[in-house]
Amino acid sequence: MLGNLKGLAVTLRTLFRKPVTHQYPNEHKPIEERYMGFPVLTWDEQVGEPYCTGCMVCVRYCPTSCMSAVMKDNPLHADGKSTRRKIVESFEINLGRCIVCGICVDVCNFDAIEMSHEHELSKYARNGNRTNLDKLLEMGKEYQQEVGWVAPKKAEPKEES
Amino acid sequence: MVNMGPQHPSTHGVFRMVMAVDGEVVVDVEPHIGYLHRGSEKLSENELYVQVVTLFDRLDYISNLNNEMVFCRSVEKLMGLEIPERAEYIRVILCELNRVASHLLFFGTFGLDAGAMTPVMYTFREREKIQSMFEMVTGARMMHNYIRIGGVKNDVPEDFHRRMHELIAELRKGIDESDKLLSFNEIFLARTKGIGVISADKAINYGMTGPSLRASGIPMDIRKDEPYSVYDRFDFGIPIGENGDCWDRYYVRVEEMRQSMKIIEQALDQIPEGSTITPTRLVLRPPKGEVYVRGENPRGELGVYLVSDGADRPYRVKVRPPSFCNLMAIKELIKGTYVADSVVILGSLDIVLGEVDR
Repeated sequence: MLGNLKGLAVTLRTLFRKPVTHQYPNEHKPIEERYMGFPVLTWDEQVGEPYCTGCMVCVRYCPTSCMSAVMKDNPLHADGKSTRRKIVESFEINLGRCIVCGICVDVCNFDAIEMSHEHELSKYARNGNRTNLDKLLEMGKEYQQEVGWVAPKKAEPKEES
Repeated sequence: MVNMGPQHPSTHGVFRMVMAVDGEVVVDVEPHIGYLHRGSEKLSENELYVQVVTLFDRLDYISNLNNEMVFCRSVEKLMGLEIPERAEYIRVILCELNRVASHLLFFGTFGLDAGAMTPVMYTFREREKIQSMFEMVTGARMMHNYIRIGGVKNDVPEDFHRRMHELIAELRKGIDESDKLLSFNEIFLARTKGIGVISADKAINYGMTGPSLRASGIPMDIRKDEPYSVYDRFDFGIPIGENGDCWDRYYVRVEEMRQSMKIIEQALDQIPEGSTITPTRLVLRPPKGEVYVRGENPRGELGVYLVSDGADRPYRVKVRPPSFCNLMAIKELIKGTYVADSVVILGSLDIVLGEVDR
């Protein structure tokens, strides 16, 4: 009997506590800075083109093979405006298949792909989350603005091992 | 014959038991597993070593970091990699934190199994704080992919120490509160004391490990018996039970949370500065050979038997999951008890079906 009463005392004490529940769709918990949402592509403001060159290193290392990329010659390089000889032509991530592991960000040599804070992308269609280059860049720009993203200086692109 | 599961809330996943009953008494039980089989072991053979870590996240999806750590240690042992000391400490802190989170989940759901609806609210409140902590450090709440081969992904954030100390103080309070709420409740005691007793000999013969074995009175803990990582530098006890019944299996875990907290505090004091990862190539090619590495998971001994043929993908990854081996004792435990008790007994083993079926 004593044990029951002790338990009841604990319950009674919580009567006067503020609720800890977040009413989720109406009220969001603040997201931590390192939170890994879906991957997005970043945009180079200075030149006005994506960082991505379509080198496909992320495509090869993706555990679920949810990405594809196509590379093309960079027209801006021919004009002398950009240092990138190649640029991405099309890029697609099936965010429905992405497992948000962050491997693509680790392997990218150009800081072209980042884990955004986006995590609410429910769709009714099974392939409704196939995301193309334009949408990924748009999401990337939003993310860059949100966190004040500065490209970390990475070393010169190293040879593939 | 009574069929329980696969879609049954008390089976903690998709697990089916076919029980032969005589009135209220279970005379025989046949467990059926495999509903959550994803073929992780076979999949591992087609993935690069860096990608296999993501599969190990999904084995025991309640204590992900412990799984990652065992696999990474196996590859490191095969390659003879040295890990920076700071990385070892970060790993230990996060793994012990994950152990606390896992036991908190057990605490709540075990209360539910025994018919107490309140504790799960208390423990999930505490567990949420740990999840937020993981979100801050690793960037994810469940599938972290944070422990990498050679160390950890990146260093902990700046205010890690401050938040960690706060968290531990809060957790201590929260665990004591939940403990007071449930552990010595008469109804709960009546439901769990003397139910599902297994003797030490039988527990060993069935291959039980972890808290389920320690409840039978055997102080077997890989962190002490075969210290890996930096566990030999900490002072902590191994709580053991006396009777090997459901209540002992429950209370061993409650005590274990307190010991884990002790380890985390010591680790926070001792943690050195330095780098957090030994740089490795993206495509790892460990030398030919085989290695068996085991680690103490919240549920028991997780073993990884890794065979490499010198290629960039593992030749064979055999996982010895703790829940699977603990679950095999269920026939012995449930026979002769009442149908209502079978739920409590299954809950007390604390199985995770993601790991049982792989």
